[in-house]
Amino acid sequence: MRRRLISVAVAVGTAAVMALAACSSSTPTEASGPVTLSYGVWDKNQVPAMQKIADAFHAANPNVTVNVQLTPYTDYFTKLQVAATGGEAPDVFWMNGPNFQLYASNGVLQPLTDVQVDTAPYPESLVKLYQYQGKQYGLPKDFDTVGLWYNKKHFDAAGVKYPDDTWTWATFKEAATKLTDPAKGQFGAAAQLTGQEGYYNTIFQAGGQVVSADGKSSGYDDPKAVEGLKFWTDLIAANVSPSQGQMTDTAPYQMFEAGKVSMYWGGSWDAAEFTSNALTKADADVAVLPQGAQRATVIHGLSNVVFARTKYKLEAQRFAAFLGSKEAAEIQAGTGTVIPAYNGTQAEWVAAYPQFKLQNFLDQLPYAKPLPVSANTAAWNTAETDELTKAWTGAEAVDQSAKRLAESMNALLAKEGR
Amino acid sequence: MSLPAGAVAMVDEAEAAPVAVADRPTAPGRPRRKRKGRLDRHTGLWAAFFLAPTTIGLGVFYLWPVVQTIYFSFTSWGPFGGHTFIGLDNYEAIFQDPQVGVAARNTLYFAVLGLLGLPVSLVLAATLNRPGRKGVSAYRALIFLPVVTMPAAVAIVWRWLFNGDFGIINSLLGSVGISGTSWLSNPDTALLALAVVGIWSTVGYNMVILMAGLQSIPKQFYEAASLDGAGPVRQFTSITVPLLSPSLFFVSVLSVIGSLQTFDLVYVMIGKTSPALPQTRTIVYLFFEKAFIANDRGYAAALAFVLLLVISAITGLQFWLQKKWVHYA
Repeated sequence: MRRRLISVAVAVGTAAVMALAACSSSTPTEASGPVTLSYGVWDKNQVPAMQKIADAFHAANPNVTVNVQLTPYTDYFTKLQVAATGGEAPDVFWMNGPNFQLYASNGVLQPLTDVQVDTAPYPESLVKLYQYQGKQYGLPKDFDTVGLWYNKKHFDAAGVKYPDDTWTWATFKEAATKLTDPAKGQFGAAAQLTGQEGYYNTIFQAGGQVVSADGKSSGYDDPKAVEGLKFWTDLIAANVSPSQGQMTDTAPYQMFEAGKVSMYWGGSWDAAEFTSNALTKADADVAVLPQGAQRATVIHGLSNVVFARTKYKLEAQRFAAFLGSKEAAEIQAGTGTVIPAYNGTQAEWVAAYPQFKLQNFLDQLPYAKPLPVSANTAAWNTAETDELTKAWTGAEAVDQSAKRLAESMNALLAKEGR
Repeated sequence: MSLPAGAVAMVDEAEAAPVAVADRPTAPGRPRRKRKGRLDRHTGLWAAFFLAPTTIGLGVFYLWPVVQTIYFSFTSWGPFGGHTFIGLDNYEAIFQDPQVGVAARNTLYFAVLGLLGLPVSLVLAATLNRPGRKGVSAYRALIFLPVVTMPAAVAIVWRWLFNGDFGIINSLLGSVGISGTSWLSNPDTALLALAVVGIWSTVGYNMVILMAGLQSIPKQFYEAASLDGAGPVRQFTSITVPLLSPSLFFVSVLSVIGSLQTFDLVYVMIGKTSPALPQTRTIVYLFFEKAFIANDRGYAAALAFVLLLVISAITGLQFWLQKKWVHYA
């Protein structure tokens, strides 16, 4: 019995030493035989383009084959988290901003240190989104910005000029009031309770911030952030936006598609959705966001990252770098599903939806602000919804909700450091 | 098979079929102390063999996770595994978290509302228990249908029914001059609306249990009662209800446990930006938020363990109270 115990102990010890050795190996070497990499993605519509890129990579590196693995978005991060915990995550996979630091700070991702990467051809805010402690973990794959979608018919009927880059918050509110028609059940705007398409934009435009640059403190206790939130609650209070209850029962984009809402702040990704709806395809168009104290729009995009415990560190990094190349971006652009992040390859996306002035999404790049994230973004996203709902329903003054949100968010951010 | 008991035992012995023997370990007329020991050991082994699949299954998939959850409730979890022991910190945090109190109140309120489904099930069971009536089986099937329908599908359909602007409920109310509300996003009505759906989807199951109970009540009682001049209402209150009380007790225990664990209805019907979420967030929903959104699994494990204790306490209370109202015939 004792001897068996000892041999078990020896085996465990050896395994531990080997594991340590594996961790400390400095520069990865090329695999000798043929290599198969798995590549995790979540958008069915983009699988053909991803497969084309994988084939192009295989053509250039005949000993490496890439398997594209599709997991629908609703399950993607749950599955990835379990797989990463068990060491079974795909070698290369899609990552988004809110989850990136969670994965990077827990050592799940491999920084791109063994390959040459050039970050110059991408929007700077996107490059920064995928940096953690000074290291680049992924190259931007695509991006989206937020614009002002509007119903041209409603504008014509109310005799209001279409939105353009001269619009300010005041112009927007004035137009929203004119476009509201209670008799028809028509609202000028929709004060959607959401960060990316909603209040993050106005907080930035007011000159505030959601989370400090070091990710350690909340920006919600700043009067400027409160101003950005009030932009929306004022619309509800003035009845030019549906109530929070109505927007819970029926999503604002559905109201816009049904012609019940005249102006809708939405993403560049909505171009596909609004093309598939007959009413918006014919009547909708898009402009840049109105400006507050300054111009701003939220930019977010995905990147391709490498799993830290992949068996093929070098090959996986090379593939991740290839996914960020101009060649890969051009393959993506051809499909019209997303805006490729590589500068100069976006024209094809604009041309894919000639009925909308999509150039407006690209014109906002110079002043775009990255989607606010930290090491455990999801935790304070829940707090945002919880606290701000009270302001949106009018149950509480905005500055009160914002103050309490700042407190609970600061507590959550402090927990991240542990 | 009219052999005497001794002969059966001999046959068994010859063919060494221990299971058959196990049925009669005390065959009369034979002193066999020695053999009995051997038999018992055999019996035990065979019993263990046949119980093994269930025991192992329960152990691996139920008991072990419970034990682990209890252990993890004393730890702080990393999102990718790895945990550190932090003692009672999670429990301390639970008792200081105002959200927990609110969620506990919502959950209890929901459980009480859910009990209102019992009288409904009882009336339905009594009504549909008359065999031979036309269409009875069709009605039974209809009422049982929600039980075999996926909760998520149920929730989505009810969401449409409850919609404030386009819902059928409000357009029906509108036709008689009542203006409805956004049932699911109005904080005052959301939990009631959820309870309606909860009751609707469990009434069929309760009804089946109660009908089985009804059918086990001997007919003679009713005959005697009719002879004594008791009408149907008197028969219902003096015979049906008391003799049905074991089934009612069983159904009420299950109903309370089910209500205390409500999650899916809230998740699908309320949604995270609903103004009514604070009034409808149940303990299990809070557990979900902590474990899978905020990645605070140690805290969530502690919450789950507290819920287990509360459910055990409430069920224990029900068992204690049953002495006062449940009659076992």
